[in-house]
Amino acid sequence: MRALCWFGKEDVRVETVPDPTILNPRDAIVKITTTAICGSDLHLYDGVIPTMEKGDILGHEFMGQIVEVGSDVKNLKTGDRVVVPFTIACGNCFFCRKGLWASCDNSNPNSWMLEKAYGYGGSALFGYSHMMGGYAGGQAEYARVPFADIGPIKVPDGLADEQVLFLSDIFPTGYQAAENAQIAQGDTVAIWGCGPVGQFAIQSAWMLGAGRVIAIDKVPERLELAATKGKAEIINSDMENVVEKLRSMTGGRGPDGCIDAVGLESTGHTPDALYDRVKMAMKLETDRPTALREVIQSCRKGGTVSIPGVYGGLLDKFPMGAAFGKGLTFKMGQTNMQNYLKPLLNRIVKGEIDPSFVITHRLGLEDAPAAYKTFRDKQDGCIKVVLKPQTATV
Amino acid sequence: MTDNNQSLTAIFDKIWPGEADPNKINVGEYERIGSVIAGSVFFLYGVTRKGVIPKVLAPVGGYLLQRGLSGTCAIYEAFQVNTARQGGNADATVHANRAIKVKRAVTINKPAAELYRFWRNFENLPQIMDHLESVTVKDKDHSHWVAKGPAGTKVEWNAEIFREKENELIAWKSVEGATVPNAGTVQFTDLGQDRGTEVLVELDYEPPAGVIGAAFAKLFGEEPNIQVQEDLRHFKQKMEAGELPTTDGQPSGRES
Repeated sequence: MRALCWFGKEDVRVETVPDPTILNPRDAIVKITTTAICGSDLHLYDGVIPTMEKGDILGHEFMGQIVEVGSDVKNLKTGDRVVVPFTIACGNCFFCRKGLWASCDNSNPNSWMLEKAYGYGGSALFGYSHMMGGYAGGQAEYARVPFADIGPIKVPDGLADEQVLFLSDIFPTGYQAAENAQIAQGDTVAIWGCGPVGQFAIQSAWMLGAGRVIAIDKVPERLELAATKGKAEIINSDMENVVEKLRSMTGGRGPDGCIDAVGLESTGHTPDALYDRVKMAMKLETDRPTALREVIQSCRKGGTVSIPGVYGGLLDKFPMGAAFGKGLTFKMGQTNMQNYLKPLLNRIVKGEIDPSFVITHRLGLEDAPAAYKTFRDKQDGCIKVVLKPQTATV
Repeated sequence: MTDNNQSLTAIFDKIWPGEADPNKINVGEYERIGSVIAGSVFFLYGVTRKGVIPKVLAPVGGYLLQRGLSGTCAIYEAFQVNTARQGGNADATVHANRAIKVKRAVTINKPAAELYRFWRNFENLPQIMDHLESVTVKDKDHSHWVAKGPAGTKVEWNAEIFREKENELIAWKSVEGATVPNAGTVQFTDLGQDRGTEVLVELDYEPPAGVIGAAFAKLFGEEPNIQVQEDLRHFKQKMEAGELPTTDGQPSGRES
């Protein structure tokens, strides 16, 4: 089959590789009809996620048809149309039973790597480094799905791929971000980053009862999408001092909930941002928390900071004093996908939301390497790329 | 050891107040005295003479002095050597002074009885323990074990269960003549309130070439603590998920 493989920083290529096979009784093989490039894939493209190996197949947002199931998969059969969540969970451990699917004890064969870095390791992910399990990803014609009896959700034929594909990651991730912001009826919610996760966090904040949603970014077309589709008030962080602007917009109190949908490769023009770029280039720091610092500074006293943006290592100049002094609550982590698949699918079925609004580029798998660059450089108005693996180029 | 030695090392303990925890002491009495004497000589020679050799000897002497006075040796610590706990029972299966001791626990979300049943049939263990090739159960208490040794060799022994409490504890030891004398217990403790079962494994064994053998094993990445921890992880995966997660045999761009 053809698959997008990682070979190093800014080096991804579509290669011919062997087809996946069933390796365990709870596996299934999916023939992928639509897949996407996630903002978090750009961290791999930029080479800032450790334990990647040359030849690793990327991609964790994919859907398709079941073509084979292992002997222990009873709830799926050949021909079923499914969306596959990006976190892999066994369904039986202490954490899965508590609904903390992203903390699954059993899905990551390389858990010891994470334990060294984090104390305890979380669940495995598709196509996202060996410390995250080393599973081959879904920017390919086929993928092997472990614990297929727990993850994939069947989707009705009446809905197009593009309407349900984002159940694989970004819609639930945006939704959990809004839920983690502990929104009370009428709250003001500020969201840093208007990429796809930010867009879904905006939509979800409204669903959860926000009174006002303020979106922050510096890319004009992303802000525009937040304003038009998301009905959010917007702040261009290139034009304005975000902390001051939020203060004046909220009558001097600050937003009740703040969401960092930017993550570890945040950028900015402030002295601390420049300092981070230098330290990161010298490998003295792994993550650049410019947005997170602003989030902490802006949040009202006793407010909640929700972090769906990905962080991998150590932060420098983390304003712990401000966080403590204002008594902030922090909620974060990978998305506990299996909690959201059914309820969010229901919202799509009922027509409350059509997630395809974030798509700007529709391409074939062979176009993927170029698409990574376009997406990373935010050229050509690129917000979300979907790929059709069964078509060479579109 | 004599009373004289003990009073001497007691004085050492007063001079060097750094190590308050007596359990951390891993250097034997005679060795501590020897360390202090040799360390003092090296150190004094090193700091009073000029040249390359004295420059090297001074810090070595300093280290020996500190090790003798405190009774703790970082190098021993790293290789899990302990010469402070000498002696013991000469008839023991595993000699305490030469033994490698491993203690690891894991919590598994299954009833103790189910876990006990799996473990009690020793023939199941190669499914979860990478280093075991096979176990053959001969009768209720006796079994034959074959393990993978270093560099493609095999280690075999016979074991017997010497203590057992249904659904709670299994204790076994190798019978006389084993190349790698070993003994172990596994305890299953129900944590209640749907918190699962704690499985605690304690393993003692004498590596083929004594302490050196383990040091080498550690260099080659077969450190016993890590191995037991991975075995227990596999046990948990097998019991909870029904299978061991793997990526062996999946496609990648490395083959092309």
